[in-house]
Amino acid sequence: MQAINPAVLIASLYVFVLAAFLGYQVISRVPPLLHTPLMSATNAISGISLIGSLVIAGMNKVDFHALAAGGSAAKPSIATLLGFVAVVTATINVVGGFGITDRMLKMFQQRKTVKGGTK
Amino acid sequence: MEQVGVNYLLEFTYLIASVLFILGLKGLSHPESARRGMFMAEAGMAAAVIGTLFHKGIITYEWIAAGLIIGSIIGALMAIWVPMTAMPQRTALSHAFGAIAAALVGIAEYTLHGGNTMPGFTRGALGFEVMLGSLTATGSLIAAGKLQGVVRGTPVQFKGQQFLNLILFGSMVGCFVYTILNPTATPFFYAMVALGFLFGVMLVIPIGSADMPVVMSLLNSYAGLAAASTGFVLGNNVLIIAGTLDGFSGLILSILMCKAMNRSITNVLFGGFGAAHHAAGPGATGEMREISLDDAAVRLAYASKVVFVPGYGLATAQAQHAVRDLASALEDRGVTVKYGIHPVAGRMPGHMNVLLAEANVPYGDLYEMEQINPEFPTTDVAVVVGANDVVNPDARDNPDSPIAGMPILEVDKAKSVIVLKRGQGRGFSGLENPLFFKPVTSMLYGDAKSSLAQLAQEVKNV
Repeated sequence: MQAINPAVLIASLYVFVLAAFLGYQVISRVPPLLHTPLMSATNAISGISLIGSLVIAGMNKVDFHALAAGGSAAKPSIATLLGFVAVVTATINVVGGFGITDRMLKMFQQRKTVKGGTK
Repeated sequence: MEQVGVNYLLEFTYLIASVLFILGLKGLSHPESARRGMFMAEAGMAAAVIGTLFHKGIITYEWIAAGLIIGSIIGALMAIWVPMTAMPQRTALSHAFGAIAAALVGIAEYTLHGGNTMPGFTRGALGFEVMLGSLTATGSLIAAGKLQGVVRGTPVQFKGQQFLNLILFGSMVGCFVYTILNPTATPFFYAMVALGFLFGVMLVIPIGSADMPVVMSLLNSYAGLAAASTGFVLGNNVLIIAGTLDGFSGLILSILMCKAMNRSITNVLFGGFGAAHHAAGPGATGEMREISLDDAAVRLAYASKVVFVPGYGLATAQAQHAVRDLASALEDRGVTVKYGIHPVAGRMPGHMNVLLAEANVPYGDLYEMEQINPEFPTTDVAVVVGANDVVNPDARDNPDSPIAGMPILEVDKAKSVIVLKRGQGRGFSGLENPLFFKPVTSMLYGDAKSSLAQLAQEVKNV
């Protein structure tokens, strides 16, 4: 683990604060009409924590043959297992979140073809 | 972790992903640009994930592949099969999943590096991530259970509850602070995780179903902030940005929901609304006038403007398509039909809009509270479908009412009101609603879906 250098920390804080301001600006423009899709979309986007879990789930070499043979030394570390579960839940959020957001947004678009000339 | 040089290509991919996420959310400012925006966000996500798979720290792919496949299958099934009426439960579950992922990544980092090799700041961010993640995980699961009806929806309250919660919260934060100060305090770290799980449960069980929109938004915010702190721990900017966007979106929604109920966040979290007020006052008295299907149909058919006001009852009765059918029948007769949507109608922000959109109601016909309220005096018939508190005139007229000051849809100013209701009971908040006793109001009892279907039929025959 690299020691966090103060410049990196300050940069991270800048990113956080600026993202907060930007988020406020962008999100307050979303009409109440789309608040449910907004919630599922931001949820899917924050599923980006998947990239953190990927690195953890993949950092240890697992010897599956030794594992099958009952070798205790080859057991996956706790971190690997936790990382694996995190990959599963984060992927559910990414795939499910984007999928369902799109399903909802499609419904909000249908109107034109349905009503056509009546309006 | 070991590599010293920065992987410029990967960092650049993350930067692109961050920009695409922001553009994606920007697209949500209008229904017509929303889908395109989401495609951008999806592309950003795909780029970030694929880029990460080439990360030098990854040396084995078995667990990753298994996780991605299992997660994708479950996620895709949820995306395809979850009905729109169950959207609140699904969203609560996804808050739980996001929070679990954040908490587990934090715990994994802790087991890998132990506390003592981390600088204090990282330990703090990690503790924050794990604490927030664990309490959001169980809190969201309870919320999902309540919404699904697996867990009792009514507030669970007992004597000394607030005191107990305070102690739980204090000990959790105490463990958190101690693990920052003391790098080797591993048992305290795990105690914090356990307390976080417990506190999440305790936080949500006293909250009634009617307050769910606020709780959902708050949990959304917590899940996002937990993801953002993961970014601080891993020194990863795209995580910070995406988590912060999620966190602030939840925060903004919480504030909007609270405003729409004229309550503070602390009041929602610790007020236990809905249980405390069962005995409140004598309430409204008088007679409720029942209306027959035929009369209601005639009144609707000869109206020139009708406004539908949906509430959670619309979702429980799955009546969104029936409303749409009735509206079409009326529109065919030249009646102007609009829909008035209260911000906290339903169980999550925007719940009603999604249901009506599913039934092909054009979004141009959906009006926000501020837009529709001035129109009620010129409305011939306001039809209330499964809504109660959001049309309760006590909020406006009675300063002693527990919901006093909450902005409402002023249906009682319409020329006449038809309330579709299953029975004569009170709403979820347990409040008596004087609207039902007003002279302009007629009650149409029965299951909303079948009432609406019959009304549509009758209107066609008039």
